[in-house]
Amino acid sequence: MRVTGDDLREMYRRMSRIRQFEATTKELLLAGELYGAFHTSTGQEASIVGACMALRTDDYMVGTHRSHGHPIGKGAALDGLLAELMGKETGVNQGKGGSMHLSDFSVGSLGETSIVGSGLPVAAGAALGSKMQGIDRVTLCFFGDGASNQGTFHESLNLAAIWTLPAIYVCENNGYGELTAAHKTMAVEQVSERAAGYGIPGVTVDGQDVLAVYEAVSEAVARARRGEGPSLVETMTYRFDNHAIGIRIENYRDPAEIEHWRTRRDPLVLFRDTLGERGVDGDELDVIDKEVEAELAEALEFARSSPTPPPEAAFTHLFTNPIDA
Amino acid sequence: MHTVTYLEALNEALVEEMERDESVFVMGEDVTWALMGSTAGLAERFGEERVRDTPISEAGFVGAGAGAAMVGMRPVVHMLIAPFVYVAFDQLVSIIAKSTYLYGGQAKLPITLMAPMLYNRGNAAQHSDRPYPTLMTIPGLKLIAPATPADAKGMLKAAIRDDDPVISFEDGGLWGQRGEVPDGDHVVPLGEADVKREGDDVTVVALAGAVSHALAAAEELAGEGISAEVVDLRSIVPLDRETVLASVAKTGRLVVADPAHEMGSVASEVAAIVAEEGFWDLQAPISRVTTPHTQIPYSAALERPLYPSADRIAAAARQLMA
Repeated sequence: MRVTGDDLREMYRRMSRIRQFEATTKELLLAGELYGAFHTSTGQEASIVGACMALRTDDYMVGTHRSHGHPIGKGAALDGLLAELMGKETGVNQGKGGSMHLSDFSVGSLGETSIVGSGLPVAAGAALGSKMQGIDRVTLCFFGDGASNQGTFHESLNLAAIWTLPAIYVCENNGYGELTAAHKTMAVEQVSERAAGYGIPGVTVDGQDVLAVYEAVSEAVARARRGEGPSLVETMTYRFDNHAIGIRIENYRDPAEIEHWRTRRDPLVLFRDTLGERGVDGDELDVIDKEVEAELAEALEFARSSPTPPPEAAFTHLFTNPIDA
Repeated sequence: MHTVTYLEALNEALVEEMERDESVFVMGEDVTWALMGSTAGLAERFGEERVRDTPISEAGFVGAGAGAAMVGMRPVVHMLIAPFVYVAFDQLVSIIAKSTYLYGGQAKLPITLMAPMLYNRGNAAQHSDRPYPTLMTIPGLKLIAPATPADAKGMLKAAIRDDDPVISFEDGGLWGQRGEVPDGDHVVPLGEADVKREGDDVTVVALAGAVSHALAAAEELAGEGISAEVVDLRSIVPLDRETVLASVAKTGRLVVADPAHEMGSVASEVAAIVAEEGFWDLQAPISRVTTPHTQIPYSAALERPLYPSADRIAAAARQLMA
């Protein structure tokens, strides 16, 4: 896979967007300006961006309840996402979906879904649709280690395999399904081993290394586009925040473990080091951070000044084709 | 006009819609083998790319239908039998019913589920359900239950063309029933009840297999000087309140015949609508003729009496006239 300097900078920019978006929205949540169940992607930026950058804008993506990072990684603008979190009319979902269901169909983000494992069949179907339409689009499905224990994981990978669908299943293994450690919920070491049950490739990569993720997913994408079927890519990652913001139970993770990941395995810090080795100046990355900061400030202004939906909007979009009876 | 069975009418609808629109495809368990009849000949005609046998994997292929619909296909997902929707319930409720709303109208889900109900034939509790009452409580799904070959064809065609998820509850007891179907592109709009027989004394609102029993009851009642109007609901969501209320305004009495279990049934919903909006038109209490709130037993001796029959419907009407 050839990665250009521009690609590297774009990867960093998207990772920075996710990091700053999450820091800001978490603050807003704790200050009471946002509400609802709130799962941040902080710590998982490399997994998300490495995978999304391996896609074209017109490729499809399906995500999870931990839903803020994925559309950002896929290229969605921040203003509509932030307005959505504020329940505004200008939100990507016009205030109907909120934190666990961000989306942006204009960049191929078919919607995040908050029932664990529920997006996997949808992704198989989107891939089936593209295949039947004769379009060389692929569909990438994010899910977590927890979702890999759902029946839908088995059913979807099986369908994708028997129908040779252009799908890439990316398991963001952050070590915990809600509060329970992944190793307590499965009898194999790695989720990727399960690929053998479907006769498809399965690999595990360092999810904190954006280029490693990019490379593995690019290979899976190429295979899918060649018409050779689905792949499973497992990215070993970590969420820096609790399962959801506001959960008071924190002793399920060793503080030293959290500290280790936050200080030694921060994907942005690691990528800055890599970029430095590749001759991208740190000052240039600081400028990107500043630009993202400004972009976010503008998005915040946009979201705050946007109107809330009118009460009758609770009844729109129930159907695409409402029938009076 | 031509005469076909209910099952053949469904098949005509599938053939015509697949001919008309390349994005229409059929998938489900054993559809190429036409295990349930309605998909006969489709694989030979359209190929196995558009007529797909699935693994026994309901959550997987129902959810895949949702994904395919989101990207512009028009999947017709055959559930084999209606109770198998339970296996795919999360996909149906959390994804199919909700995606258009959740994503603020960005997602369109033109998916049709065919759900045959095989009750009253010794299939016992797990295979005999008429699960539409459960599903009608979920906003975002359109539900139909045609009772004649003409409606089976016309409504399935309308369902496939509709941009929203529609579940078509076929009544397996009607599969062999023959009836006239208009020639040409016969499409019956969703959300419109059909007055099958006009009358002045009592309205019988019925759906699915109960419609023919209601018509038989009306015939019986006519011999006793009671004029019954029979309204075939046809569409459960959207529900044609106007036709029901207009009929009750005329007759002043209401019997609702519904093969589903009584609690939270379509009969309950129709009764509630009439109680709220048509109360002053009523000359007698509303009567529901449904299946009692018990499991469906295997023994025919136990099972048969549980469902609405012409006798039970006629008895309910007589009581309202007394």
